[in-house]
This record gives sequence, C-alpha cells and structure tokens, in this order.
Amino acid sequence: MKVHEYQAKAILAEFGVAVPRSRAASTPAEARAAAAELGGRVVVKAQVHAGGRGKAGGVKLVNTPEEAEAFAKGLLGTRLVTHQTGPEGALVPMVLVEEALSVARELYISILVDSVSKTNVIMASEAGGMEIEEVAAATPEKILKEWVDPLMGYQASIGRALAYGMHLDGGLIRQAADLIEGLYRAFIARDCSIVEVNPLVVTEDGRLLAADAKINFDDNAMYRQKAVAALRDTTQEDPLEVEATTTGVNNYIKLSGNIGCVVNGAGLAMATLDTISLFGGAAANFLDIGTVNNVDRVISAMRILTKDPDVKAIYFNIFGGMARVDVIAQGLVDSYKQLDVKVPLVTRLTGNGLEEGRRILAENGIAVIEASDMADGARKAVAAAAGR
Amino acid sequence: MSILLNRNTRLLVQGITGAEGSNHARLCKAFGTNIVGGVTPGRAGQEVDGIPVFNTVDQAVAATQANASIIFVPAPFATDAIYEAVEAGLKLVVCITDGLPTWEMVKVKRYISGKDVVLIGPNCPGIISPPEKAKAGIMPASSFMPGKLGLVSRSGTLLYEAAAQMTAAGIGQSTAVGIGGDPVVGTDFVDILKRFNDDPDVEAIALIGEIGGVAEQEAAEYVKANVRKPMCAFIAGASAPPGRRMGHAGAIISGDSATADSKLKALSAAGAAVTRNPAEIGKVMAELLASRS
Repeated sequence: MKVHEYQAKAILAEFGVAVPRSRAASTPAEARAAAAELGGRVVVKAQVHAGGRGKAGGVKLVNTPEEAEAFAKGLLGTRLVTHQTGPEGALVPMVLVEEALSVARELYISILVDSVSKTNVIMASEAGGMEIEEVAAATPEKILKEWVDPLMGYQASIGRALAYGMHLDGGLIRQAADLIEGLYRAFIARDCSIVEVNPLVVTEDGRLLAADAKINFDDNAMYRQKAVAALRDTTQEDPLEVEATTTGVNNYIKLSGNIGCVVNGAGLAMATLDTISLFGGAAANFLDIGTVNNVDRVISAMRILTKDPDVKAIYFNIFGGMARVDVIAQGLVDSYKQLDVKVPLVTRLTGNGLEEGRRILAENGIAVIEASDMADGARKAVAAAAGR
Repeated sequence: MSILLNRNTRLLVQGITGAEGSNHARLCKAFGTNIVGGVTPGRAGQEVDGIPVFNTVDQAVAATQANASIIFVPAPFATDAIYEAVEAGLKLVVCITDGLPTWEMVKVKRYISGKDVVLIGPNCPGIISPPEKAKAGIMPASSFMPGKLGLVSRSGTLLYEAAAQMTAAGIGQSTAVGIGGDPVVGTDFVDILKRFNDDPDVEAIALIGEIGGVAEQEAAEYVKANVRKPMCAFIAGASAPPGRRMGHAGAIISGDSATADSKLKALSAAGAAVTRNPAEIGKVMAELLASRS
C-alpha cells in the first residue's frame, strides 16, 4: 500500500524524524492560508502516488501566498502525468505547502528488505536528489549499506557509520544518527516495505531535514496496521481494482490488453498472461481467484470483467486442486444468470471436479470454447478477442 | 529415495481442527503419509479422522515421536506456530499459511539460521514424494506419479501444472517442493537444488521461478558450478508490468535483475534448457531426456 508524501512525513514525524514545516491543502484558499502561515516563500507540491512530480510540473517554489494559491488552483483536481503514472496520469487531490529550504547538500537514505541477505538494509548516499537506480548504476561506490540484525535490533553505531560515511561533521553526525534511528523505528513499527528519504537535506543553517518522503507498506501486515490502512486513497487506484477489493477479489490488476483472465493461483495467472502474449495477444487484467471454493467469488470476478469495456473475450484457466472445477463452473452458470455477458468465453479446465464441471456447463447451456491446454487456451482466447 | 520427506516421516498437523487443516490432514493421510498427531490449543483428547489432537507441539512429540510438522494456522499466529515447532525439535516444518508480514519472516529466517531444521514456506503448497507415498502439502496428488525428477517451484499452481505435464509425458517425480511466493521464505531454490543434486535417485531437475528477488540468479550460480544433471526451467511473469505485486508478495519487478528475462538468461547460461512457454515445460524436459539417452 502507498501513501502520499504528506502522510508519510506525518508518520516519520511521530518517530522523531525532522521534517520541514508544512501544511496539506485540498483547496486553493487553504494553500494560500498555509503559505501565509509559513512565511510566504514556500514550495507547493502535488500529492500523487507517483514519483517524477518535479519534472512533470507538479512542484513549484513560490514567493507569495497569492502565487501559492494560483499554482494550487492549477493543480488541484487535475491529473498529473509523470513517468510513473502512465498517460492517464494521477488525480491531484491535495497539495503540500512547505517552507522553502536553503539547501547546502542533498543526501539519500532508504530502508528496505535486502533480497540477498533477507534482512533489513539501510542505504545512504551523498548523491541525493537523483534517482537512486541511476546512482547505483553509474557510481555504486557512492551507496553505503548497513544491515540490521533482526534479533539484535537497531544499534546506534549503524547510524553513526552511515553519518560519517556521508562525510557529515559536527552536530550533523548526531542529527543524522537520530534521524536514521527514527526512520528505522518507523519502518518496523508500521510494517513498511520501503522508507525512502530523497533528498535528505542539509540546510545552510546546519539543519538536517527529510525534504521528501516515500513510504510503501506491507499489504500482509494491514491486519495489525489499522491506522495505516485508513490512510488509503482510492483516488490513486484504478476504479475497477478498487471495486475488486470491495467484493473479495483481492488479486486483480487492470492491464492494457483485451482478454479478461480468471485463473487460480498467482503463478499460473502470471504464466497465463505470458502465454497470451506469446500468441500475440494481451491480457486486460491479472486475476488470481485463489484456492477458496466460493461460487460468489467467481461471480464477483465476472462482474469486474463485464464492467471492463476493454474486455473482448474472457479466458478461464483453472487447475482444479483445492479449488474445484465444478465450483468454478457453478459460479460461471450463476454469473450468466445475473450478468450480461456479451463476449466469448474460452475455458481451459483441468484437475479435480473436471467431469462434474463440464456437465454443469453443458446442462445449463453455457457456450464455451474449450481448450485442451494452456497454449491452446491462449491461442483460442487471442482469436476470440480478435473476433475470429 | 527422496529429499526432506519419506515413509519414515512422522508428521504433525498444526491447526488440525480448522477447515483447511482437517481437510488436508485427511488428504495427506489418504495419500499414505504417516500422520501421527494434530495440535490445536484447548482441543487435546479430540480426534480428527482418527488422528489424536494435542494442546502443544511438545506434548504431541512426547506422545508420538513426531519429527515433522505442517502448519495451517491463520497468518497472525503462524510465527508462533513455527517457533513452537522448531523449539520442540522438529526437523522439517512446512508452513502452508499465506499472508505473513515480511518482518515476521525476516525474524524467523534469522532465528532458524544455524539450527538443525528445514522450514518450507510460508505461502507454499508444501512437499510431495510420490515414490515414498508421502505428502506434506496441499497439492492434488493425482497430478503426480513416482519417478526420478526433482521438481521445485515458487508458485503452487505452477508446480501442479508442471507436474501434470511431466506426468503426461511419462516423467515421474522423486520429490516436488513448492518453496513459496513470499519475498522471504524458509528455504530457497539453492537449498533444494543442492539436495536434488546430491540425491543419486534424482536424475533430472525442473525449476519453476517467477519475477522478483534474486533467488533464480542464485540458483543459476549454483547450477553453473555444480549441477550436471539434465535441467529445465521456466520463469513466470515475462509479461508482468513493473512495480506491481502480481498476487505473490514476492512477485514484483523492482530493478533489472527481477525480470523474467534476466532470470531466464542466467539459468540458460548456467546450462539449463529454458522455455518461455509454460505449456511446454513437460515437452522441453522430455526432449532433453531423449537427447541425453
């Protein structure tokens, strides 16, 4: 799960991380009042769940509350297109109005789970303000890493090592070590999957501040992070994906093709998309219906697919194991009764409950293009979507 | 022979009185697995399908000499279930439960390191050894048949898919392991590949990976240096968009090494026969074996 910058900064501030003075605003008038309160000279930043806001024209340094209001007016309610949003852009529901900083240096800090050591790693760099992937590719020696033993927990020497490694001195060593400890405490306490501060700014007057902040959360931990879950902003998500989650279809991702897919199991669902693209087609979605035997789940999945105007054919690829084919078939029959299914249906069904499932579909007169294996199913789905 | 699991395995089912636990206890037992007991706190003295239930893993071990466990408890209690099994001295722990927070597994991974225990999962289908008639998992047994293939997969349904293709091609399996789709799992590809490579009864190996992480690249390094048995590989997610979590928590492209292409290239360079078509995993293995004979 993602949150906005203003929400991320509020969470980090709870853990003692120094952030610039700021106010979130949802109207131009609020932006003007916030700018006046912060002294007039402020930065106004579009709040969207995507990076690349600066280059996309979503961030501006202004000198007066009037300018802040005008810039906010031009942003709020519009869709900002960055290199991460896709051509449709992301709605700007809020702006963050923040004190302008006199920047001496820009640094970088992030925390995530290292896929090699399987433990939390804190990364720091003197090359802040740039895309860290570019720094990693061009000058990997500029990225410092410290791993935290999960059983020992955070130790102050870790923050000191990174602070000295970034060539900070004087009072900034202590500020940096405290800030890194705060970031780590937030990372653990809120079940984050990434905490990234880029840039971490050293001001001309010797302060260290998280000038930007990005936090993603571990979706698996939401059962124990109710306050975090409440920060979800569904305006930043695809409407069909939002609807899917409200009807128990938790693993639905909208894609750009025209073949609606329903598959049991994440791996098989990914492989189904791969097969479709091997045969020259493109899936309209990823959908793992899971291994629960539940007729209603099938109907919910079909409801999402029939609402998607891009879908020109539906492809069910079901390997009946714990999820039985006959239950899926009954779900299809009920879907055709309740929904207006206008597009052809291709099925590749195998495994437990196959014969019973076939009988249920035939007895209820469901017109199905049957496929013998995954490749056959993909080939037939691509042809059906093309009207062949 | 087989790896990890055999006819001498004495299996406990943690969470045996739940819907999933009782259903799969029955199915594992029907396959031939020696299930000696179940554990659900507060339910000692009951039976599930003739299997005695105990309050704690310690009590179950004392009464049954169990040496392995399969876990079906809900995610918020799974860390504790793993800990209880490891502390009781079990040598094999299979955690089927999905939805564990990553931080829980970071701690668990560190906790079990150096201990004489193998943890499979979480978020996995488990293990099956057809020649041993032993199953600690949720896979449909009808897709498998006894033989000499070692099969390992991150995904559950792709494990079944690959096994069914192998079975249809007449290639039976010695052991099939689903290691799980989370970013941090108890046992990685390399651990399983080592066991397959060292097992003289395993004559060929199939690996089914997916996008995200570096487990397939680590596997490729091991294969290149050590494996001379015929091997094939498929990686799911070649058409997945970057930055999206594709069902599995670990299946997310973040950086170049996480792509299917990068993983396929690494495994191909290590000597594995790779395919981009998941419908042809069995065919590729059959052709490879035919070319070697």
